[in-house]
Formats: sequence, structure tokens, C-alpha cells
Amino acid sequence: MIYGNIIALDNVTLRIEDKEYVCVIGPSGCGKSTLIKCIAGIIHPTKGSVLIDGLPMERVSIEDRGIGYVFQDIALFPHLTVRQNLSYGLSVRNAPPTTITNVTNEMLDLVSMRERSTSYPNELSGGAQQKVAVGRAVATGSHLFLLDEPLGALDALVRTELRYELRKLAQDLGLTVIHVTHDQEEALSIADRVIVMKRGKIVEIGKPTDIYHSPEQLFTENFVGETNLLEGTIVEVHDPVCSVKVGRHLINVKAHGKRADQRVVITIRPEFVSINESTQGWNCRIKEITYLGGITQYVARDEYGLELVAQQPSSNSHRFRVDDKVIVSIQSTEHMLLFDYPVEGLEKETSLE
Amino acid sequence: MNVSKTFDGVVALDRVTFDVEEGEYLCVLGATGSGKTTLLRLIAGLIKPNSGTIYFDGKSVNNVIAQSRNAAYVPQQYALFPHLTVLENVAFGPLSRGCQPREAMEIASRALELVRLSWRSEALPKELSGGMQQRIALARGLASGARLLLLDEPLGALDARLRLDLRHKLRQLVKESGLTAIHVTHDRDEAMSVADRIMILRRGRIEDYGKPDTVYDRPKGIFTAHLVGGANFLEGVVEALEKETTTIRLRGGIKIRTPLYSLTATELVIIGVRKENVLLSTTAENSFDSEVRQVRFLGNSREYILRLSNGDLIASRQFLEEKQEQFKVGDKIKVGFERKDVMIFAYPKHGLKKELEII
Repeated sequence: MIYGNIIALDNVTLRIEDKEYVCVIGPSGCGKSTLIKCIAGIIHPTKGSVLIDGLPMERVSIEDRGIGYVFQDIALFPHLTVRQNLSYGLSVRNAPPTTITNVTNEMLDLVSMRERSTSYPNELSGGAQQKVAVGRAVATGSHLFLLDEPLGALDALVRTELRYELRKLAQDLGLTVIHVTHDQEEALSIADRVIVMKRGKIVEIGKPTDIYHSPEQLFTENFVGETNLLEGTIVEVHDPVCSVKVGRHLINVKAHGKRADQRVVITIRPEFVSINESTQGWNCRIKEITYLGGITQYVARDEYGLELVAQQPSSNSHRFRVDDKVIVSIQSTEHMLLFDYPVEGLEKETSLE
Repeated sequence: MNVSKTFDGVVALDRVTFDVEEGEYLCVLGATGSGKTTLLRLIAGLIKPNSGTIYFDGKSVNNVIAQSRNAAYVPQQYALFPHLTVLENVAFGPLSRGCQPREAMEIASRALELVRLSWRSEALPKELSGGMQQRIALARGLASGARLLLLDEPLGALDARLRLDLRHKLRQLVKESGLTAIHVTHDRDEAMSVADRIMILRRGRIEDYGKPDTVYDRPKGIFTAHLVGGANFLEGVVEALEKETTTIRLRGGIKIRTPLYSLTATELVIIGVRKENVLLSTTAENSFDSEVRQVRFLGNSREYILRLSNGDLIASRQFLEEKQEQFKVGDKIKVGFERKDVMIFAYPKHGLKKELEII
């Protein structure tokens, strides 16, 4: 039983609740794998401690932490079949044969490998092997799970299906999961909370909808989904709104206690930028159109060279062409966020590398 | 033309025929084991076909060795020489094909400029991020002087957000340099957004080949519709054929009206409806009672999983115009779609489930 886990990293305290499903995201090198390795006991933190169920883990070996884990390139036992690999953990613990059979069958279904149950790992594709590894870890019956890019090697479609199955499984079995991923959509769609990391530090933690729609940090806004970044300066403040000069445009946005003359960045997601021919807005020309199936993405450029990215459902959008004159409107204060201009500059703040 | 390749009796590519125009950006989309990498390696000349002929500019290259093919293969696992600087890594190709050192360095510098990494010329590979290393591998391909770039999952090792940025740059780079590219990926969004044409490969065969919008809007089969993006598939029987309407009966007696297709009564069919065409709380011609079972937040959209009265599940993708959820789990709503959005497919020989298996 796990009642509550307190996990610390680099002077940062992170508390994960029992049965919570947490996803950790961040650019490569941000420390997300290090975090998970500290919790697993593979690396020992130089300072601070990892607590599971309130107990410090310093002297507890990897095996005794009761953690199930899957890393991106975990190796299966090459001499065992898929079925034997899946049942291995239960067998060594002398589980009753019917339990072994039932759980193994459930795992075979979970990873859609029933038809390959007698295959050996080297007969499977890399993706299929990883699926077996996920199944094997789940089969061990641990309650705290550390998943480091568990779906990273899988085909996109399989990955999408499997993430929901993984989430459902965690929920049904009452597991606590810390899942590191490089796929933001994966994190948003399955996590109870998302942890955003950058350069070894936690940038922010929040529910998926908050992380996407109302992040506290500019870095998060840019990293989790695409966004338009508009640099500007506050011209005047009329609480609760202020006017920001962006290029030659004036944009009204919620002031959030900012002052006149402050340098700021306004963000707006492409799905909240609309392109049409009639309403008020900025005069632009369409520079680029990318058809993405359900949605179409437009890059529009105003007469002074300012560019905005807009996304619209392909079904209800008028089919524009490159070079068409259009009106682009972003005049909905609710969908815009206002951030202080980053101390180290916008490029550095939003750098993905 | 008709190119096949087998490995120890396993058919990796089965009589594949297609053409790529000069200057075209082709994406090959398929799952693990579909033959994507084999296809690239055949074109590169790293392996030989068991049968069939590969032509470059109308001439067979079956007997032309890889080095003389004018094609640069950029493998998925990009191996950079760890002890050489970035510039030396990129200059290695030109040097080994006999360029003078000065000329080789010039070519390498230009390639690095194209991938916008000149400022890291003197760095060693280990000092660079994965994304930068990937761009170096690409620069090596460019420096080879080949007119045809063969890119095997060029963005595969990168963070999802960085991929979004780099995929546009990659296409731009190929287009600006006037090159032809064949880019292998299993990421449908990537393929849709960078390709002039998309080839869908499955189990060594070409399932579909066309422009992104054609492949998406008018897929040749169930598998393409499935692979290029989120469709619902329901099994049904043709019940009635009238003047302009065909009625299809689903499990549990649910009836769907579609435009007339060349079908026969009592024929088994599969109907497909894209997730974004499934409307919620609707009065569409085809609309049914349902219950919301799951709500999935995907950032710029939400996906609702609904259960129909016959137990079938149907997914609806709503691109956000507002931030709030429109419906909650347990809500009972009308779900539906317009007749124009119904795709009809022949019932697959081995059943629907088998047809949807992506590997």
C-alpha cells in the first residue's frame, strides 16, 4: 500500500499522491530521466532524499523499493518466449498457476500479443518487444510505476491506443505512476498532473488543462503545444486591461498587475486565431497553408512583416489560397496570455534545445 | 518498377512500383516492419532487389554501386565520428570522394550554414544536443553532393515539440536546395505536413499513393483511412437502395443514410466516419442516442468517446474554439454525422479487426 510519496530533486520538493498518474515532460537533457532514476534508486541523489510511503529510501536497494519500471530500451530475456517473459515476475514469486495464467493472458491482450505468445524476442519488431516489456513490468504487481518513455519506440497509432490502455490499467489496478515522455499530447491526454522540466529544474506542475490553457511560465506555453509569441510594450493600463503595442498594432489584454512601459510577450494559441474575410482585425496575406487532415494551418503575414499562425477545422474553414488577402483576428482577451519579457531574452527562454 | 526484396524467405517488399519527380518531397508512411527502411536501402544501393529494376533519370541503376548513385542515405541511427569536430564530420564525405581539403571544408561549411549550425563547427558531437546531431547528419547528406536525399526517420530521435519546428525547416531546406527527398516516417502528422505526396506502405506493398489531401479525403481503403488519421469504422449491411439514398443497417438496428454507391442489397460493408466529422448534440441526418464514456484532452482539441445504443463506440474530435469541456462523462447526447461524411468500404476479406492491424 502506498499512501503518499514525497520525492525531492535538486532542492525542489515534489509530492506525488497515492494512485496519481503524473507525466514528466521537458526538452531532452532537462533532467526528466535523472529524476526517475533517482526515484528508482539507480542514481543516488547528492543532496536531499526520496521518500516512498513516508519512508526514506537512502538505504533501500532498487529491488526492495517495490517499484515496477520500464525504460525505453529495456531488454527482454532472449531465451524466453513472449508468454514466459510476461509470466517471469510472477513465477519467481511462486504465484499460484491460475493467477499466472490469468495475469499473463491479460497482459498478452493488453499489448495485443496473444498471437505472438510463443515467439521469441528476436522474432519481434523493436516496438513489439517494448510492448512485451510494458506488459512484463505491469505483471509484477508493483504499485509504484516508473515509466521512462515506455511508448517511445512504438508506432504512432499503436502508441496512441496503448497510452489509454496504460492509463486505464493504472486506474483499474490503483497504481501510482510517474511517466516520462517526450510527447506532450501523450502527457496532456492521460496525466492527472503534468510536471514541466527545464535544465534540471521543475518549471511548473499542474493539471493538463491548466498547463495548456493558463500556464504560469512562458516556457510552458511554448513547449506544450504551439503558440504565437508577440513581443510588445505596455502603452497604458486601464485596470483590468492594458493596451500593448505589438508592431504597429494595439492589443488589449488582461493587465494582471503589469505597469505601463513594461516589455511583455503576448501569447495566443493558433486555434484561437481566426482567419476570415469580413470581421475586424489585421490585414494580412496568407503566406503558407498546411493541410493536416482535420485541421488546416495557416501562416498569415501583416503588411509590416508580423506573422501569425492560425489553425482551423478543415471542414468549416473557407479554403483560402496562398497570397489571399485576409483579415486575421485575435481580439479576444480571454484567449491571450500576458507574460513579462524574459530576462534572458525570448529566444533563450523558449529554446527547445 | 516491380521491385521485390526478401530476407531469408520473408518478403520485405512485394512488387513495389512508383515514381518520384525531380524536386519532389515524398513521405513514406508505414508501421514498423512495413518495408520503409528496406525501400530506402534499395534505392540507396546498400542492398540489391531480388527482382525488379530501379531507375534514376530513366536509367537502370541495378548495377550501379551505392557511391555512384547520386543518392545520400541518412540512416535513423546517425553515427558521427566522436573524435572529429562537426566541420570535419561533414567534410568527411567530400574528402573521401577525392575533394581537396580546402574544397571539402568549403562544401562542409555551406552545408552547415544550411542547417544553421555554422556556429558549432568546432564542437565535438558529444557537446551537441540530439537535435543538433541530427542536423549534422543531415548536413553530411547535403555535403555529399547527392541530388536525392533518402531520410530514414530523420526526426525520430527528437523531442515532439522540436520535431514540429524542424519538420518545416527540413522541407524548406530540401526545397531551397532544389533536392529530391524520400522521407520515411511513421508519424502521420509529419507526413501530412511536409510531403508533396505520401506513400502508404503496409507489409511490403503500396496501399495508397497521392497528395496529402487526396490520401486523407479519399483514401483507397480502410487501412489508409485508419493510418492517416482517426476514423471510426462500423460494420453494417446494405438494407435498401433508393433513388439517391442508400440505407445501411448497423448492429442493433441503427440505420444510416448515405449517398448512393454501387452496392447491392444485403451486402456487408464497413462505414467509416472521421472523428472530426462526428458531431455532438446534433440534428444531423444520421443522429443517434449516445452516452459520453470518456473525455480526452489533447491540447488543441478534445476527443469524446461515446457509446451508441447498440454498444458500439464512436469517437468525436472537437477542435477547440472554447476552453471548457462541452460535455461530461455520463451525459446523454445526440451524436451524428452528415451523409456526405460517410465513407463506404467493401467488407475486408479477413474481417475489420485484421484490416485495422497496423503491423
